[in-house]
Parts: sequence; C-alpha cells; structure tokens
Amino acid sequence: MKREETEAFVLAQPYSAPYEHATGPVGTRFFTELRDNQKILGMKCSGCNIVYMPPRSTCPRCFAKLEEWVELGDEGTLLTYTVVRYHEPTHPTDAPFAYGIIKLDGADTGIGHLLGEVDLKNISIGMRVKAVFKEEREGNLLDIKYFKPI
Amino acid sequence: MNQRVAIVGVAQTRYQSSRDDARVFELTFEVVERLLDETGLSIWKDINAVVSSGDDYVDGKGISNDQITEVVGAQYRAEHKVAADGAFAVRYALLQVLSGHHDAVMVTAHCKESMIDQNLINNLAFDPLYQRYLGFDLVSAAALQAQRYMHKYGITPEQCAKVVVKSLKNAKNNPYAQVAQDITIEEVLRSPLLADPIRTLDCKPVSDGACALILASEQKAKRITDKPVWIKGIGSCYDAFYLGDRDLADCDSLVVAAQRAYKMAGINNPRNEIDVAEISGEFSYQELLWYEGLGLCGRGEGGKLIDQGVTKMGGELPVNPSGGLLSGCPHHVAGVARVAEVALQMRGEAGARQVPGAKTGLAHGITGPCGQLQCVIILGS
Repeated sequence: MKREETEAFVLAQPYSAPYEHATGPVGTRFFTELRDNQKILGMKCSGCNIVYMPPRSTCPRCFAKLEEWVELGDEGTLLTYTVVRYHEPTHPTDAPFAYGIIKLDGADTGIGHLLGEVDLKNISIGMRVKAVFKEEREGNLLDIKYFKPI
Repeated sequence: MNQRVAIVGVAQTRYQSSRDDARVFELTFEVVERLLDETGLSIWKDINAVVSSGDDYVDGKGISNDQITEVVGAQYRAEHKVAADGAFAVRYALLQVLSGHHDAVMVTAHCKESMIDQNLINNLAFDPLYQRYLGFDLVSAAALQAQRYMHKYGITPEQCAKVVVKSLKNAKNNPYAQVAQDITIEEVLRSPLLADPIRTLDCKPVSDGACALILASEQKAKRITDKPVWIKGIGSCYDAFYLGDRDLADCDSLVVAAQRAYKMAGINNPRNEIDVAEISGEFSYQELLWYEGLGLCGRGEGGKLIDQGVTKMGGELPVNPSGGLLSGCPHHVAGVARVAEVALQMRGEAGARQVPGAKTGLAHGITGPCGQLQCVIILGS
C-alpha cells in the first residue's frame, strides 16, 4: 500500500511578557544621577581596590557589601568592538551599527554600549571615546545615546 | 572519586536544521527508546532517576514539568532539570550515583533551536538593568570576544577559518552531523559578515536534536556492558557575568575548570595524556581559545596549534572528530553530545571518526555569553 504523506502542522504562538524590573537601591541612585545630572557613577570595593561599572551592591571577588560610590569620567577607552550587520527587533538602532566595551576613566571594568558618530571602517581597540547624552533622559543606560570617538 | 561511575550507553538523534515533523518531547523519546533498546535496560526496573537539560524559553513554555516527564519515565517518580548546558546534567547525574542512592541515572538533553529566533532568546541572557535593552545576543557578544582575542594575540581570520574547514571535513565521517562538506578557507572568509570579525560560516548553524546517556555505579555498569566508559574527572567554573569585568581574550574560568578535572583524573600533561577531545565551540575562534584554556598550548597559541595540524584527524590530539558544534548541534544537547561522542571513542565504536586506540578523552560544555560557565569531563576506557 502506498504510504500517504501528511503535512507537518506548525502552530505559531507569539508571546510577549512586559516585565517590571526593580532597579534596587544601587540601580536607582545610578540611573537618577545619570538622568538628572548626566553623571556616571561606579562602585568601589576598597578591599580589592576595584571600581566596578556597572555599579553593584556586592563585590564578586571578595563578597564585601559595597557602598562607596565613585564618580567616573564621561570619557574612556575602547576595550573591544564589533560592527553588527544583521537585523533583530532587540537592536536599539538599525544595522549596520557598532557596539563597544568601554572602560570609563576611573573605572576598572568595562560597560557594553553603542558607538556613534563613528566611521564603521575606522574603529580600533584602545581608541578614546566620550559619552554623548540624550537631551531627554528617562533613567536607563540609553540616556547615554552612544560613545563617540575623540 | 572514591567510587567509579561509568557511562553504559549513549544515543543521539541526527542533528538537523529543522525537525518540524516532531515535538521536542518526541525527539527526546527517540533517543530514550533507542538507549533502552541498546542497553537492554528497563526504564522502570533499572533507571532510578533522570536529569534533563533544556531551556524553557526555547521550548516556549513556562514550566519544565510539561511533558518531558512523560517521555523519560518520570511520572510518579523523580526527574531533575538543568537549564544550563547538558554537560552539567551529566555532572548532576554523576553526583546522584556517587550519593549511593541511585545505581543508574539517565541524562537527556533536548532543544529545537528552529522554534524561535535564537538571538531573541539569547538577548535574555543579558542583565535587564544595564545591558539587555542595548540588544546584545550571543553572536554580538562573541564578536566582541573574537575581536579582543584576535587583537591581543594576533590570531588571524585564516586560523579561525581553519577550524571551520577541519570541523566540516570531520563531520563527513559522522552520521549524526547536520553539515558536512569540503570547504576552503577562502569560502569561509567570503561568507557574509554577521558581526565583525564573525562571518556566517564561523557560527554553529541553527540545529534541532536530542541526546541521552545512562550513568551507572561500577557494580551495575559491569552487569550492563563489557565496555563501561569511566568518568575519571570533572571540573566546572564560572567567569564574571558582565563581559566588561573580564579580559575576553583569556578564558580564565576554563583554565580553572580544566585544572579541577585534570587533578581529579590524575592528568599532568593534558596534551600528551589525552587521546581525543570533543569541545564546545559555538564560533570558530572559540575552539582556538578553548585549546588555550584547556592547556593544550600556551596563551595566544591556539592559532599556532591549528596551523601545526595537532588537532586534526591523524594529528597528535584530534579535536572534534564528530565535527563539533560547527557541524550542527543545539544548545543544551551540545555538552551531552560531546560526552556521548567521547564515550563512543572510548568504546572504539566511533566508526569512521574513530581515533585509533583512544583510551582517555575529554568532553567540554559551555553556557552563557563568551563561555562564562565552563565544564570539563575526563573519560577513560
């Protein structure tokens, strides 16, 4: 008997989940300073002599509770970068665009962010960059529009 | 380890770009059924516990209790879940046997990456407060790591491309591989850029599949098979979560994980003492970087190692005779499949991809952006 082929059924089920993430005391202070005063704050562990960016309440190295805020510069050094050429709805801007990990002056760790006002063919590790703030800030990391070369 | 624990059987599906003919649970049942057939074990009489590995987000559900229990014989019994790479499921199964409460534990891993855009899912791996809404995913994060690694140590795109060439060539000997072909370095370097310096062919393809294996106590193992594969050592380690906390050019967590596994297995010189390795490189550069973390060469020497042909079939220490992740293997399944492949090598049952006379092997799994969490398992015949 001839075998009958049946078509495989596929159910499409989109799903969206609008979470509300509390920013906690550390995040709240960080985002408030960023939004209201265009200040970027790091958190220092005196025991390890490390200034963390992004700031956090516990030192992952020595487990100390952290409370020593440090104001960081709005300039920094590019630790690494990439030029993204594919499209995703998660992207904050249209491809092609560049990401970098930036070590701000005064910090010991880097933060991932966008690079802007940049020639995508002319980015290099070690490059100096500066934060460009948005005019209307909302209290998240995109209050820094991007980092531009200086 | 003061007791010996063995792998007594393994089963894999063929890895494919899409298995829309089956639900993810049905893929799991394919390998469970085959595993029980091949070992002659009864799910009810012989298997005392199950550890499964998968990801609820990828599976499109909010609770892991959904149906996986039915296909692993866990109804009215226990089943434990690992939301990290399957190598960690092997680790928990090992601990269950070592506890003395169970003498045979089954490990399963399942994943249908084709169900949803993996970049959307993997964006959730990033911190919602500071990084997620910047749109990072595993590809862009890997590109940041590749750029840093290649810059710091002078690793070339050609050396990365050699990993792809080797993997897809090896995969021709693996009946479970999804992608197997002769490809040139030039073809890899001509494939479209996704995120500099990573090109399409530098990435593992979207893949669906499942893998299962059974771990047993020494006493039970010897009753089941005359070719038990012993777990000689295991080590795992986390690196910092934030990418900017690490120097991405070095994989310090893998160094620690490997040292823990080597110490337990009594291995002093991994390059000399290990006969075959199956490692989890989701991107071509990662294989070179993991060589360094595993201590097969010095820091920054991963490119030189592949240039010298040390890790090709017939080389001093063949890495990924199966073709590895670049030839197709989904997340979560990847680590269990690496263990399964090394177990086949130890049994001398790896067919055309067999490394002749292999007695000691290494399997490796990773979870998280840029290999944050690392697991190394040493097996011996």
